[in-house]
Amino acid sequence: MIEHTGILEINGDIIKIKAKGVRYGELATLNNPNGRTSPAQVIRLQGDLVTLQVFTGGQGISTGATVRFLGHPMEVICSDNILGRVFSGAGQPIDGGPDLSMEPQVEIAGPSINPWMRVVPSNLIRTNIPMIDMFNCLVESQKIPIFTVAGEPYNELLARIGIQADADIIVFAGMGLTFDDYHFFWNTFQSQGVFSRTVMFVNMASDSVVERLLTPDIALAVAERFAVEDSRRVLVLMTDMTAYADALKEVGIAMEQIPSNRGYMGDLYSTLAFRYERACDFKGAGSVTILTVTTMPGDDVTHPVPDNTGFITEGQFYLHDRIIDPFGSLSRLKQLVIGTKTREDHGAVANTMIRFFAGAKEAEKKQSLAFELSDTDEKLLHFGKLFRERFMDFNVNIALDDALNLGWKTLAECFSPEELLMKEDLIKKYLPRAAAAEDLEAEITVAEAAKDVDLVEVR
Amino acid sequence: MVNTAIPTESPQLESALARVVEVNANVVTLELEQGNLVKNEVAYLAVGDQSLKAEVIRIQGNRADMQVFEDVKGVRVGDRIVCTGELLSVELGPGLLGRVFDGLQNPLADLAQTHGFFLPRGIYLDALNRDRRWTFTPQVKVGDTVQAGDVLGTVMEGQIPHKIMVPFDQPHRLAVSFIQEGSFRIEEPVVHLQNGSGDSIRLSMLQRWPVKVPLSKDMQDRRLVERQYPSEALVTTIRIIDTFFPLAKGGTACVPGPFGAGKTVLQQLIAKFSEVDVVIIVACGERAGEVVETLTEFPALLDPRSGRPLMERTIIICNTSSMPVAAREASIYTGITLGEYYRQMGLQVLLLADSTSRWAQALREISGRLEEIPGEEAFPAYLDSRIKGMYERAGVLRTRDGSVGSLTILGNVSPAGGNFEEPVTQSTIATVKVFLGLTYNRAYRRAYPAIEPLISWSRYLDQLQDYFRTHLSPEWVEKVKFSLELLKTGDTINQMMQVTGEEGIPLEDYIVYLKAQFLDNAYLQQDAFDDVDASSPQARQVQSFLLVLKVLEAEFKVATKPDAYGLFTKLTSLFKNLNYSVLDSSDYQRYEQELETLLDQNA
Repeated sequence: MIEHTGILEINGDIIKIKAKGVRYGELATLNNPNGRTSPAQVIRLQGDLVTLQVFTGGQGISTGATVRFLGHPMEVICSDNILGRVFSGAGQPIDGGPDLSMEPQVEIAGPSINPWMRVVPSNLIRTNIPMIDMFNCLVESQKIPIFTVAGEPYNELLARIGIQADADIIVFAGMGLTFDDYHFFWNTFQSQGVFSRTVMFVNMASDSVVERLLTPDIALAVAERFAVEDSRRVLVLMTDMTAYADALKEVGIAMEQIPSNRGYMGDLYSTLAFRYERACDFKGAGSVTILTVTTMPGDDVTHPVPDNTGFITEGQFYLHDRIIDPFGSLSRLKQLVIGTKTREDHGAVANTMIRFFAGAKEAEKKQSLAFELSDTDEKLLHFGKLFRERFMDFNVNIALDDALNLGWKTLAECFSPEELLMKEDLIKKYLPRAAAAEDLEAEITVAEAAKDVDLVEVR
Repeated sequence: MVNTAIPTESPQLESALARVVEVNANVVTLELEQGNLVKNEVAYLAVGDQSLKAEVIRIQGNRADMQVFEDVKGVRVGDRIVCTGELLSVELGPGLLGRVFDGLQNPLADLAQTHGFFLPRGIYLDALNRDRRWTFTPQVKVGDTVQAGDVLGTVMEGQIPHKIMVPFDQPHRLAVSFIQEGSFRIEEPVVHLQNGSGDSIRLSMLQRWPVKVPLSKDMQDRRLVERQYPSEALVTTIRIIDTFFPLAKGGTACVPGPFGAGKTVLQQLIAKFSEVDVVIIVACGERAGEVVETLTEFPALLDPRSGRPLMERTIIICNTSSMPVAAREASIYTGITLGEYYRQMGLQVLLLADSTSRWAQALREISGRLEEIPGEEAFPAYLDSRIKGMYERAGVLRTRDGSVGSLTILGNVSPAGGNFEEPVTQSTIATVKVFLGLTYNRAYRRAYPAIEPLISWSRYLDQLQDYFRTHLSPEWVEKVKFSLELLKTGDTINQMMQVTGEEGIPLEDYIVYLKAQFLDNAYLQQDAFDDVDASSPQARQVQSFLLVLKVLEAEFKVATKPDAYGLFTKLTSLFKNLNYSVLDSSDYQRYEQELETLLDQNA
């Protein structure tokens, strides 16, 4: 193989060199005179001028470095032996475990899925978090981010859902992860006994941004292979997608592309969609479910990253002030399971409760402005308080059917049947009478206590 | 199935040869070696043993930029390019209905059969099945003279009589010299036409048309067909649309809204229940999952008008967000061309594009790679004219045989940050005649469909006044306007209450506010997941709306605000249950009776 010399330009993590016969997207190795090497990828061809992005970053690259083109695109190791292992964001093992260089490799960022080969998602993933299970269910093969703000326990939530969800394989991708966060995930997966079916790809905050661009593709290529070839049900956890988008911005600017909105490139939507659309329930094979974290700079949902993400994903969980907000959150797939995979009253109860909670917030506003409160307002205020305690609290851990019963009970405690504006037959069947409500309370308290124990272990 | 990757030589086309000189993501620059370049022609780029479809979009000297419809991984400088001289085209003929194509009209089911889970690049299959036979019934006889757009014969495509027509760009009058009846494959010649000098053209049931050229434009210019003013409502069976912001057959409409406001669910409902002959769904840069839902649901649902599976009247163009961006740009034009083709048969066609913002973003991505001077938010300067040009292809058309067809275009818009000030929304609003604005506010309150009545409008409410007068009720438009006015007043009162509290407004105002709330809860909102309430046919809407009007126009004699609140809660509850009951069932009659009684007691 030819070693090409004569680097013409080094700008950020991008280098330019003259070479012939190079393929677009091809992988290369950069050899620095000081003995360090780095993989690099071809991202533009102009005549014999080749532009490459260097995975380990531009820092310290000499104009005397040489480039060798490898003739194939980026690939990643993929076999059952990668389970229980930790890799860098570029797919190299970093846990000091056994050598994997002879294992089969898969191409990353391969062709997109034929929509014809998808099936309609239909399996509920139970998380025992009522704000998810009851109001915005997570469904197998869904792609859904946690929209959140710096300082919120989003990584805890991600890990908690990851562990409680019943998946064959967990693929974890960390982009721009701090060591503490990495350690938290590693430790949680180990202590919860899921590490043997987990593979971690970790791009640390100190690693290069070019590598960060590869991490989601690598994780998804691995997940997809497990789903398609081994019919496994794979859960992909990715955090933080905003760090990924910022890396895209950084590289785009270095490439002198024209930004469209707040410095992000016009193709942000397509780039994110290309990754998220890998979530799929394959006809006659396994599935890939994608759960991510998107931190919103300044808690601004109209920021380009959460905004574009929201258009792509099948809903979002909006985590702020340690609660999953029932208004900002949405699961677009919930109607595929509500009432069919769950109890018939699920949809009606959830909608009614949300409507009353919206009313409660209005009433609270009135109260804070010291307006006269009507009877209805008083009822709504009471409901709002109960709803916060029983459902919204971050630590509540309760199975779906119990949560539904608790919902009926809460409604019965606050409102008369006519005020519910619900179908009469449901009210007849599920609305508890005064006596029944007490038994239910006892039952649920026991269940809650038991679940609290689990939760302590998880955290 | 034949792989038609590189078309065999066609005599009238001059093909050119070129080589790759630059690659910048999916924009590839070529240098011409031989022949001429044609703007917007299709070219094939050879990579190894694959050839990738592309479109020439800018020519400068002997160099040209083309957008490649596929992933360009592995392309080298010096790779060979064949330019075909032919514009990007689609196949037209029987067998389009019920199918799912990608943005370039590749049949996805066939691709799945041959290539499995993924969409390999460089594979292009025939859109229409070459082996299937169709029974052709001639409508003309030997000796007749025909010209562009004239019907030569028909085949039954499901329930729809599919007209086989003279090619739409045929410039001359021609005489039929041969025509045969029977069962044929679409490529077999069924008609021979002869021009004055005795040259003969053989026509099969298959024709091709370039997607970016309006199909009827040439015929319109020659006065062979006539564009007409939309004058009939398109019934979607969604109350807030049909009653308050009606669509017209042959009209245009847009549905902008932030993510999660329910654009796609609304569009699925419209696709399912609208009273039209053909529905074309263009899933343009959106989630594949939604297409899959439609694909799963539609074959099992029956069209109430024909009693046949809904899928038989539906074509899906599916270029979802992870598929190549250049093909996304083409996908809307592909859909529109198919729509124009069925309109030409005198059918009522509805095209739903979800979403036009993704299409505009595709323009932006490519414009950025071409390093064109950007306009607002980096969209190209020609964004506005492209949007207008696209919607202008809708319309009502009197065709050659006197039948009147229509193509209605309803485009979803996904404004960044839910902000309607952005360029795509603004250009769209300036073009279309119905604006159905979805808002977070209503979606948060679970007021679905989340169309905000205070910002939405329809120019067809006035334009179709005569239609409403004769088909619905004599004072329909006035009553609708009265109700809209009531919503506005109710909102003003509500805002007042935010400042002064309930105690700060008089009882009469409070009742107006409650009436507005009632109208919203009982009529504007509709439960998409209830079998009955999901669809409200025109006759039922008239009945319902007149009943709502009784409440809105009543003078209530209640003494206190809590009494008024209690009364309206009861009215709303009854009306909701009425909406959930099958029309004229015993439940329906009971709720209606209770409502009337309650009204009589209090008004």
